[in-house]
Amino acid sequence: MKSCLIVDDSKVIRMVAKKILNELGFRTEEAEDGIVALDRCIKQMPDAVLLDWNMPNMNGLEFLHELRKLPDGDRPIVVFCTTENDIDHIQEAITAGANEYIMKPFDSEILQAKFSQVGLL
Amino acid sequence: MLRPEDFDFLAKLLKERSGLVITPDKAYLLESRLTPLARARNLKGIEDIVAKMRGHDEALARDVTEAMTTNESFFFRDTKPFDQFKDIVLPQVMAARMAKKSIRIWSAACSSGQEAYSLAMLLKEQSAKLNGWHVEIVGTDISVEMLDKAKAGLYSQFEVQRGLPIQMLVKYFKKKDESWQIDAGLRAMVQFREWNLLKDLRGLGQFDIVFCRNVLIYFDQPTKAGVLENISKLMPADAFLYLGGAETVLGISERFKPMAGQRGIYCLNKDGAATPSFPLKAPN
Ligand SMILES: C[S@@+](CC[C@H](N)C(=O)[O-])C[C@H]1O[C@@H](n2cnc3c(N)ncnc32)[C@H](O)[C@@H]1O
Repeated sequence: MKSCLIVDDSKVIRMVAKKILNELGFRTEEAEDGIVALDRCIKQMPDAVLLDWNMPNMNGLEFLHELRKLPDGDRPIVVFCTTENDIDHIQEAITAGANEYIMKPFDSEILQAKFSQVGLL
Repeated sequence: MLRPEDFDFLAKLLKERSGLVITPDKAYLLESRLTPLARARNLKGIEDIVAKMRGHDEALARDVTEAMTTNESFFFRDTKPFDQFKDIVLPQVMAARMAKKSIRIWSAACSSGQEAYSLAMLLKEQSAKLNGWHVEIVGTDISVEMLDKAKAGLYSQFEVQRGLPIQMLVKYFKKKDESWQIDAGLRAMVQFREWNLLKDLRGLGQFDIVFCRNVLIYFDQPTKAGVLENISKLMPADAFLYLGGAETVLGISERFKPMAGQRGIYCLNKDGAATPSFPLKAPN
């Protein structure tokens, strides 16, 4: 069973994502900001990260930069999931090492499509 | 409730105009899709629509046909066919057309254009190899509304997130208000035309690669056979046909045979008997 870390400061979004990902066969963990997420990754590297952009303490982009510096930090497949939906933001995320990018609002169909595109399904 | 005589009238009309088969157990589809149309035209309901069409109303008959077709499509639908296109079909066709350096591709029943544009993007990615080649993509559909959308190349945020890799979105699309528009360069690679698959197809010319996916599924056996027969006449002996994931030629047409080891792709069967020709009825 693959693992996915859900990083979002909204509890509701984490809940929705968790439900969809569980149905897709993922074991999930949650983090409410980049710092907590980084901590989780240091303890155990997930197979995938579903990552919000705007969060307190450490945002998604900063988290991604830090993650990729960790030993084994290039392993997780990172899928941004954010309301930022302009080309500049998307480009910045890709440059930082994101594998895919979901623009909110999302549903199970989009999540499934994106996860299978990057080979997670 | 839909009256049996109205159901029969609609079923016959749809079958003749587009090939769509509606069985009585799908009568609810008529209600759910035609009721909004009746409302938009200030008609009381399906009964009124049928009454008007009995008195011959071409525009209304068209709208009814369009309202009943399923137009769902997505970029790089099913993924695999497009990998096969890039890795197997295109190289083979290029090798066979070295002298002419010209390839024609047809997205038959292209809906809002995602299939045609997916191919255009793949070809664009291969520009270096295709330098000096003339590649034409033709997209056809019966639905004028879908063709207009295809020509505009404008897609919702939802549509660009189903199957389109994010790198392709960044590379080939621009944001336009809340929608995404495919580059003018790619739009110029595809020609969209209104064409009914039940009609004489010969005016479209010859094609080296034909995508006819997720449309035959709505037709009955004789219609499927007839359309496949007519498509085969537009294909040179070494051309390729793609069908959708739930479609096959097996037991339907002997004009095609599956390509060995490649699911969903068919080649012409040189020894295949022509399916007896049949009347494909559709208004001009
Ligand atoms: C489900 S879509 C398939 C789109 C695309 N080929 C794909 O696989 O994603 C089916 C399309 O077939 C078109 N169609 C149905 N009957 C047709 C006919 N007789 N001639 C041409 N197009 C037809 C519909 O308008 C619709 O856009």
